[in-house]
Amino acid sequence: MALLEIENLIVAFPSRTATGRAVDGVSITVAEGESLGVVGESGSGKSLTMLAVMGLVPYPGQLTVDRLRFKDRDLTRLSGRERRRLAGKSMAMIFQDPMTSLNPCFTVGFQLVETLRVHEKMDRKAARRRAIALLEQVGIPAAESRMGAFPHQLSGGMNQRVMIAMAIACQPDLLIADEPTTALDVTVQAQILQLLRTLQRDRGMALILVSHNMDVVAETARRVAVMYAGQIVEERDTAGLFGTPQHPYTAALLAARPEHRESARLATIPGAPPGLNDRPPGCLFGPRCSYATLRSCAAQPEIRPWMDGRIRCHYPLGDPDRNARIAADGLLGAKGVP
Amino acid sequence: MTALVVARGLERIYEVRRGLFKEPGRLRAVGGISFALAAGETLAVVGESGCGKSTLARLITLVEKPTGGTLALDGVDAVNPPAGARRRLRRTVQLVSQDPYGSLNPRKKIGAIVEDPLAINTKLPKPARAGQAIEMLAKVGLGREHYGRYPHMFSGGQRQRIAIARALILRPQLVVADEPVSALDVSVQAQVLNLFMDLQQELGLAYLFISHDLAVVRHIAHDVLVMYLGLAMEQGPKEKIFGRPLHPYTQALLASTPGLGRRSSHGMPKGELPSPLDPPKGCVFSTRCPHVAERCREERPPARLIDGREVACHFAERFLAS
Repeated sequence: MALLEIENLIVAFPSRTATGRAVDGVSITVAEGESLGVVGESGSGKSLTMLAVMGLVPYPGQLTVDRLRFKDRDLTRLSGRERRRLAGKSMAMIFQDPMTSLNPCFTVGFQLVETLRVHEKMDRKAARRRAIALLEQVGIPAAESRMGAFPHQLSGGMNQRVMIAMAIACQPDLLIADEPTTALDVTVQAQILQLLRTLQRDRGMALILVSHNMDVVAETARRVAVMYAGQIVEERDTAGLFGTPQHPYTAALLAARPEHRESARLATIPGAPPGLNDRPPGCLFGPRCSYATLRSCAAQPEIRPWMDGRIRCHYPLGDPDRNARIAADGLLGAKGVP
Repeated sequence: MTALVVARGLERIYEVRRGLFKEPGRLRAVGGISFALAAGETLAVVGESGCGKSTLARLITLVEKPTGGTLALDGVDAVNPPAGARRRLRRTVQLVSQDPYGSLNPRKKIGAIVEDPLAINTKLPKPARAGQAIEMLAKVGLGREHYGRYPHMFSGGQRQRIAIARALILRPQLVVADEPVSALDVSVQAQVLNLFMDLQQELGLAYLFISHDLAVVRHIAHDVLVMYLGLAMEQGPKEKIFGRPLHPYTQALLASTPGLGRRSSHGMPKGELPSPLDPPKGCVFSTRCPHVAERCREERPPARLIDGREVACHFAERFLAS
């Protein structure tokens, strides 16, 4: 059964002249105990989608959605109070920068105990014991003495561990990790990813890992969704997506990674992603796509089932007669965006 | 051929106040780094935050004076330059910094930003400066129409191009790039890396390329210097270091980098960087090293030449054999 269902999620930011859709029709389903990766460049709407799930869309964002269900409860109908009871307990989120998401004025122990007291109604002593156990579980040495430490006395990696301890404190069914390792050094990043994998496996917890780093996602998630300009362009099994990418954008992103090329020139994508208020008509990736045609520049492709997942493209790379169809529709190629 | 940059035992120690009556602490940000870099070559400095790589960049760009060691740029002593040579020295080395948002003055137009080094260092009249600026902007892939715009009108990748144009306008021989692509998205990062490589070929530039991203380093570098707590752990040609890393720290970095295909959980370092104010007594990596032995805790290993690269580890031969 699906744990989280999102259908046609739109987050729009109105301005005086236009209303830009930062998230533009995103549908995601996450099963219990599943790990989903969401990748995309900055501004692709990946974080905002997750904030919408948590009920944390920043002002003046406007949220519309056809269906937003978690554990068979309609999140759109919950009162603020009920929503807050859910967030932090059954669904929890880890943010990118641990230094700014912890309160600098309180010890990490206090912040951890507070979570347990509010959600689990534990008494002071029990909460403290449990907090120490949690800190040990996420690999903080000398956990008992660290309870009295303030965030500025701990390193970035340690603070991120505290954040994770806080997120898993109430045994959530869904953990959303938004760029959990981006601010950390590689050796610490490896430790944190290892920790997230172990937690997910041992607790049967569903995990959504949001990252701009394709390789971080590849080794952590079973299924991957690629986002571009507020939309999901491809969603497939991890092995399939990395082995035989079907969307031209996915393929271009994979080719641009320096990891997989030595000394030769890197493949690049011309231009830059479109801004919030200057989305092209037709396919949003069209102006940068080397296979753009008259048709894809006029009509935006719908997202549809393809291979072992979904795709939003008129001419998926694995389509046997795509060349003929591209030729018939009039190839334009990438013009780039200034 | 003599190298463009020759550093010998370069050292920078900061005094850190710990309290009113306490002895100030001595923080060795860079503790004796030696390297030579020839024109047209790239030396990549890798390491985690706090390893001293940015301090090294400040020493090489002559922003700060080293507290020990020697540095020669193009054969001229850069620590105590001969009279009148300082100005010329500064023109041979330029910096591209990490943050493309913070490094451009938001109140100046792009043209003025790129021309500023000329206005300060040369007696060229305004029209000539503008001509050179437009020419340089074209080299980094920006058009004449961008000349009169402000920084906020550009994306991160374009701003980094502007920063590169500003660094190159004085025709330096050495460009020190401190994490120039780590703030950029993958597709844009690829564009900027290609630009770096094209410009090197065209102008014969030497790069001191500082990065924590091993994948980027493997792509762009000729030589690699791996730093940890201000000391060189391993340095030598890229092929040697990526082909068979002999220092446990290099191995750990490679094992921790996703996508480099040698991922394994053993060999992963334990814990985190110790305080640079109070470094371990023996080998600086001994507190986290998975292969640590008694000797490592007591005696600091000197750099030794093994298999074409310098390694500071007592047991490097063991990794060569296995």
